Amino acid sequence: MLLALLDSVLDAAPALVFAAIGATLSERAGVVNVGVEGMMRAGAFGAAAASILMPTPLGVLVGVAAGALVAALHAWLCIHGRSDQVVSGMAINLVMLALGQFLLEAAFSSPAGTPPIEQLPKWLGHSPLTWLAIVLPFVVHFAVTRTPWGLRLRAVGEKPQAVAAMGVRVTRLRFGAVVLSGALAGLGGAQLSTAVLDRFENHMPAGLGFMAVAAMVFGRWTPLGAAGAALFFAFGNALRISLSSSAPGLLEVIPQGVLLALPYALTLVVLALQKPGASRAPAALGQAYDPELR
Amino acid sequence: MKEAIACGVAPAVKSKTREIDSARVRAGDRFDMTIALRHISKRFGTQVALDDVSLELERGERVALVGENGAGKSSLMNVLYGLYAADAGDVAIDGAPIRIRTPADALTRGIGMVHQHFTLVGTLSVAENVVLGKEPTRFGTFDLPRAVSEVQATCRRFGFDLDPRARVDTLTVGSQQKVEIVKALHRGVSTLILDEPTAVLTPQEADELFAVTRKLSDEGLTVVLISHKLREVLTFATRIAVMRRGKKVAEVKPSESTPESLAELMVGTRTPPPAPPQAMPGELVVTLEQLSAGPLRDVSLDVRAGEILGIAGVDGNGQRELAEVLTGLRSVDAGVLRVAGRTGSLTPRIAREIGVAHIPEDRLKHAVVTDFTVGENVSLGRHRHAPFANGARIDFAGRLDRTRTLMESHDVRPREPQLRLGALSGGNQQKLVVGRELDANPKLLVAVQPTRGLDLAAVDAVRSRLLDFRAKGGAVVLVSLDLEEVLALADRVVVLYEGKVSGAFMRAQFDERLIGKCMLGVRDA
Repeated sequence: MLLALLDSVLDAAPALVFAAIGATLSERAGVVNVGVEGMMRAGAFGAAAASILMPTPLGVLVGVAAGALVAALHAWLCIHGRSDQVVSGMAINLVMLALGQFLLEAAFSSPAGTPPIEQLPKWLGHSPLTWLAIVLPFVVHFAVTRTPWGLRLRAVGEKPQAVAAMGVRVTRLRFGAVVLSGALAGLGGAQLSTAVLDRFENHMPAGLGFMAVAAMVFGRWTPLGAAGAALFFAFGNALRISLSSSAPGLLEVIPQGVLLALPYALTLVVLALQKPGASRAPAALGQAYDPELR
Repeated sequence: MKEAIACGVAPAVKSKTREIDSARVRAGDRFDMTIALRHISKRFGTQVALDDVSLELERGERVALVGENGAGKSSLMNVLYGLYAADAGDVAIDGAPIRIRTPADALTRGIGMVHQHFTLVGTLSVAENVVLGKEPTRFGTFDLPRAVSEVQATCRRFGFDLDPRARVDTLTVGSQQKVEIVKALHRGVSTLILDEPTAVLTPQEADELFAVTRKLSDEGLTVVLISHKLREVLTFATRIAVMRRGKKVAEVKPSESTPESLAELMVGTRTPPPAPPQAMPGELVVTLEQLSAGPLRDVSLDVRAGEILGIAGVDGNGQRELAEVLTGLRSVDAGVLRVAGRTGSLTPRIAREIGVAHIPEDRLKHAVVTDFTVGENVSLGRHRHAPFANGARIDFAGRLDRTRTLMESHDVRPREPQLRLGALSGGNQQKLVVGRELDANPKLLVAVQPTRGLDLAAVDAVRSRLLDFRAKGGAVVLVSLDLEEVLALADRVVVLYEGKVSGAFMRAQFDERLIGKCMLGVRDA
C-alpha cells in the first residue's frame, strides 16, 4: 500500500510543484499571482488540444506557452497598467474558466472534455515531468539564491526603488518573472492533461492553482519550501484517495468533504501556529512600481 | 588623483578591484568635465516641479542645492539621475548633449545619487546591496565571496567602516547612509548627488560624512548636496544654488552668505520666529518614575505646565515608545506613570479624556484619513462629543461650523471644510492636525516630529502654535530627530539612548556636541 501511495504522489505532485514554484517566482518579484489557477487551465487545455495535432511532448510545450501568454496578460495589466494584482489574477481565473468551456464546445462540441490523446511516455513508470518536478525545485532554488538574476529578483520584490536606482529595469525584471511563473503554471496544467489523464477535462485544474498559492505561502515564498509544501499537499490528497478506496467504511464516519479540506485546514493551522513575522511576504508584494512616485 | 586614492590599499586587494580602478581612470580622463543641466522643466500633472532650471557642475566642486520642500531640488537631481524624464531641456557633458533616460545611463556617465529615502534592500547584505545590478559572477553564478571582498576593498579605500556581510536592516541609520554612498563609489562615480543626507544623522555622524565627502571632493569627485540645513551648507559647499518654487533664484558663494540671507532667498522675505520667552513652569503634568515599557528602561522624567520638554535621540532609541506610553498606545511594564493627576497605564480614550493631545509622527497613518473630508477629520477623536455629535447622531452643522473656525484660526488653506483632506498640501494637513489637537483644550501635548517634511512657512506656523500653547500654560513633550528643532523650542532636553535617559539639559546648558554624544551613548551627562 505504501508503494501505491508513493506512486500516486509521484503522479499527482508535479502539477502542484510546478505551479507553486511558478507562483513563488512571481511573488518574489513583487507581483501577486492568484491567477495560477487560470494559467494552469490554459496550460492543460493548450497541451491537450495541441497534442491532437502533434506529438504530445510538443503539445506540452504549447501548454507552457499558453500559460506564459496568459501570464503576460497578467503582467501587462499589473506592471504597465498598474491595476490591482489580486483583481487581475481573479479576473484571469474567471476568464480562463469561461474560455476553456467555450473552446471545448466550439472546437470539440463537447462540454466535458477533449477527445483522448496519447499520454506522455513513461520513464521508470512515471512521466518525464515527474522527474523534472524532482529536479526543478533545486534548479530554481539555485537560480534564486546563487545567480545575479536571483539576487535582483529577491531585491525587486523587497524594494524596487533600490533595483531601479542601481540601473536595473524593474518592469522588465518583473515582467520576465511573471511570464516564467505562467510558463511553470502552464507546465503544471499540461502535466494534468498529458500525464495524469490523457485529455483535458472541463473541471481542470479543479482548485490546484489555489492550492499552489497556499503551498507557496506555506513554503514561505522559497522554491524549496513551496515544492515541499506542494509535496505535502499531494501526499495528503493521495492519502485521502487511498483511504477512501482501501477503507470505504471510513467515509461513513468522516465525510469526503472533510478529508478533501484536510490539506487546506492543515495550512491554516500551520500559518496560525507560526510565529508572527516568520512567514514574511516580500515587502513590496502587490505594489505597482511607479518610478516617478513622490 | 589616482595615486592619492590608491594609497593605503593593500596590493592583494588591488587586483580584485581592477574594475573600480578603471572606472576611476575613466573619471580621471574627464578631469575637466563639466556637467550642465540646461533649461530643464518638469511637471507632475498640473503641478510645475521645475521651471526652466539651468545648473552647471564643474569637476571637484561641492555644489549645494537649497530651497524649501517642493522647491524642486530633488526633482532636478532626479532628472540628472534618470529617474524623472524632463519635459523640456537637456543634460550636456562638456557642451555635448547626452541622453540620460534611466539610472543605468546616469551610472555609465559616472553620476551616482544617494537618496533621501534609502534605496536599500533590508533583507540583503551590505555587499549584495552594493553590487546589485553589476554583480561579480563565476561561471554565470553570483560570486558572493568576491562581492564581499570587492566591497570590503571599496570601504577600506574610501575610509568607510562597514561589514559587507551584515544584513542591511540590522544597521543603524547612519551606517545605512554609508552603504548608500559606498554603493555609488563602488560604481566608480565621478559625480555624487547627496539628497538630504544628514536628515537622520547625529551631529557626529553628519560631521564624519562631510569630512569623508570633502576628502573625496578634493580628490576630484563632484558633489551635489541637497539640503535645507543652512549651516551645514555654508560650511561644506563651494557654491550654493538657491531654488524656490521650481526655479533657480540665485547662485551664491558661501563666503558671501549667511543663514539669514540664504533663508531670505529661499522663501522671499520672511520674518524669523522670535526666540521663545522665558518659560514659566507651573504644576506637574507628567511624572515618570523608573518607568519601563517595551524598550524603555527605568526612565524618570517630569514635565510641568507651561514648558516644553524636548526628547532628543537617534531614531529607534525609545522616543516613539515614550510617546506611545504618554498617549495610551502602549502599557507600562514597571514603574510609575502619572499624567494629569491620574496614575497608571492609559488607553488612547482615557488619555484623550484626561487632556492628552497627540501629534503623531506619521500623520497619514495615525492622525488623519485622507479620503475623509476636512470636517470629518476634525471630528476624529471627538466624534462622540459636541459640537460634532448630538446624542447618537452626527451634528453636521456643528461640525461644519467648528471646522470653519479651526481652519480660520490655524490658517488652513484652502478654506473648504468639505474638501477631501488628501487634496490639501502636507503643511496644511499638519496645521489642521495641530489645530484639532489644540482645540480640545488639552493639558499635555505630545508632539512627535511635528514639522517633518513641511515647508518653512508651515514649520514656523506649527512651531509658533507649540509656543503659544506653552505660553497659555500647556505642557509639551516634543519628540524630534531634528536636534536643531529640539534646541530651538525646548526649555529642557532629555536624551534617550537604548531606552534609557542618557542625558538631561536645561536650556542654559544646551550644547550640541554634548547632546550629540549622549545621543550616541558615548557619554553620560
